[in-house]
Amino acid sequence: MKFTRSKLAIPYIIYMILFVVLPLLVVCYYAFTGKDGKLTMDNFRLFFTNGKTMGTLFYSVVIAFATTVFCLILAYPTAYILAKGPFKRSDVLLVVFVMPMWINFTLRITALKEVLSLLEGNLAYYPFFNTVLCMTYDFMPFMIMPLYNSLSKLDDNVIEAAADLGARPIQILFKLVIPMSMPGIISGVTMVFLPAMTNYVVLDMVYNSTFIMGSLIGSYFSSYDWHNGSMISVILLMLIVIITAISSRLTKDNQGKRGNVAI
Amino acid sequence: MTENNTIIELKSISKSFDGTTMVIDNLNLEIKKGEFVTLLGPSGCGKTTILRMIGGFETPTKGQIFLDGQDISKLPPNKRPINTVFQKYALFPSMNIYDNIAFGLKIKKLDKKTIDEKVKRALEIVDLEGFEKRGVATLSGGQQQRIAIARAIVNEPEILLLDEPLGALDYKMRKEMQLELKEMHRELGITFIFVTHDQEEALTMSDKIVVMADGKIQQVGTPEEIYDTPSNVFVADFIGESNIFNGKMTGSGKVKFCDTEFECVDDYPVGTKIEAMVRPENVHLVPPSEGMLTGNVYSSIFKGIYYEILIMHGKNEFTAQSQKEIPAGTEVGISIDPDGIHVVPYNINKNHYTGIIDDELKIRFVDFSVKIDVAKLFDQATEKDGVLYDNKGEAIDTEGVKVDAYFEPEIADLSDSPEDGIVAGHIISIIYKGDHYSYIVRSRNDKDYYVDDDWLWNIGDYVSVIVPEDKIEYKLIG
Repeated sequence: MKFTRSKLAIPYIIYMILFVVLPLLVVCYYAFTGKDGKLTMDNFRLFFTNGKTMGTLFYSVVIAFATTVFCLILAYPTAYILAKGPFKRSDVLLVVFVMPMWINFTLRITALKEVLSLLEGNLAYYPFFNTVLCMTYDFMPFMIMPLYNSLSKLDDNVIEAAADLGARPIQILFKLVIPMSMPGIISGVTMVFLPAMTNYVVLDMVYNSTFIMGSLIGSYFSSYDWHNGSMISVILLMLIVIITAISSRLTKDNQGKRGNVAI
Repeated sequence: MTENNTIIELKSISKSFDGTTMVIDNLNLEIKKGEFVTLLGPSGCGKTTILRMIGGFETPTKGQIFLDGQDISKLPPNKRPINTVFQKYALFPSMNIYDNIAFGLKIKKLDKKTIDEKVKRALEIVDLEGFEKRGVATLSGGQQQRIAIARAIVNEPEILLLDEPLGALDYKMRKEMQLELKEMHRELGITFIFVTHDQEEALTMSDKIVVMADGKIQQVGTPEEIYDTPSNVFVADFIGESNIFNGKMTGSGKVKFCDTEFECVDDYPVGTKIEAMVRPENVHLVPPSEGMLTGNVYSSIFKGIYYEILIMHGKNEFTAQSQKEIPAGTEVGISIDPDGIHVVPYNINKNHYTGIIDDELKIRFVDFSVKIDVAKLFDQATEKDGVLYDNKGEAIDTEGVKVDAYFEPEIADLSDSPEDGIVAGHIISIIYKGDHYSYIVRSRNDKDYYVDDDWLWNIGDYVSVIVPEDKIEYKLIG
């Protein structure tokens, strides 16, 4: 048998079929069948007619949105200072900010939970705030990284040119720095918003509730309702595909502009 | 010229980025309204730093900058009526050409109609009419450069700063832009401050050239002055080609170098050590019998409009120009008109170092210390057990007495082994002097050592300076 380079892909293809394609097909099968095993759209209909699932979807979006906004507000200045500040080794400093990712996730959240319960007395008083806070803490590195990358590529001369033409620092920020760092903002938002929507461990740990998509799926599965649980997964998957498609198009537009400049 | 003609004045400006090395060292400069001034110097000489301080991107560590008599040293760039054309254009990639040029006007909140007119006019000046809607990325380097200029001049600044704006363009484009910039300067009537390391560019474009090296101004003058009467060998070597020789004044208007006496225009007292500079185009090649000295051609290189002829006279090398090729080996005569020789006195401050006698009768200098017979420095003194006594037998307090050390550049040598010499450092300057190279070695403590050496070293080489101990002359100061 002759060795070709494409043969190197065989293990990967087997892996993909076994662990990605087949499970997805199984999920789809369950999503579009009833308990009797017949094809049906009932699960799909139920999702949009059942007040609880729609409420959960809405709540998930709100939590994910709030988390993303907080991450962006905190990460942008941080990334800007790291990228443009007077530091000789800003890449090392960046690692310090990203380092929490190296610590086990459950440990981090548990620690934060303890701090919060010490401050608040009972975590149940501010469930929404606590969830958003924990998620913001958890996802922050994913926002800082892309922002840092796109801000550090920003040409200092361009900022100086704007100042030279009379722009005040605040005008430079809104007219130039933010538009030019848009690719970083978009990929940061994508990397935070999507996982925040489906993440249920954080919520589970600080809140013990099922009011988010991930935990809803979990609750269906734990009562052996594979069909409705799978349908929610499929709908979430489609949502993610749509959001990713939109954001990648936005990024491409911006990168197109940036890419050409280099020529 | 009166005071009010000055638009910008730099007063004892010093700049240091790390607190120890001075990038700009106590610099004074006045620029007049409407002038086209070029800051010219090799890279790292501080010319861009000066420009950035005028633009407001750096603040001077010491000194003040005056614009129309007002101190603007601490003003941020957006508050100065000065605009900059950056080396790498720095156009805003997220905006089209119109928005790029209109950026400054929009910030000033002018009305739409005025902005439209001004942008149109600016595009006319840079010859890019109708480019308003184009994206930055669709333009060539030359076009981007013009947009960068348009974006700056549309704000009608009092001063336009240009930081090597033509550096990234190809040769033909650069030539064209040089003339266009000069034309724009005439048309706009504002002050241009231009930074370049290209001496030809500076000579072509400027009303006034400021030659810089090592954070200091070497010479300020018109292109003709700079070229014809360079104030020191650095300027002569940096601007154009030059034959540079060490020599001596032998009479009024008479100078001797290369074992030959020449008549010259400059006059210094007889016996003054000088450096003579002769431009290759002033070295006339004549039949051997008519020459003031003769030599043998050893190289003839075609340069396009002339041949560059290298002639050896004894150990000295002359560079000359000729319309026709002269084969190697030909004996030629060399004749130089009096006004073709430019003479400057040899800088006598070179190689003088101040040291202090310590308690062990050693002399400590910044870079090295020596143990000599200190008694010789004092009148009729004798040493006994590490103490000096005068002729009456009284002890002399030697500790802390200052001593000047001097050595001739000719007697020093360079070595690539750092331990060989009295001091080690990096070569920061090389000037060819016909039969040897004249080097400046800068030590770690920022002291310069002038050394003449026959061998060719490179800028940046780490070398040590060897001086025979008995050839250093010591003298008490004061």
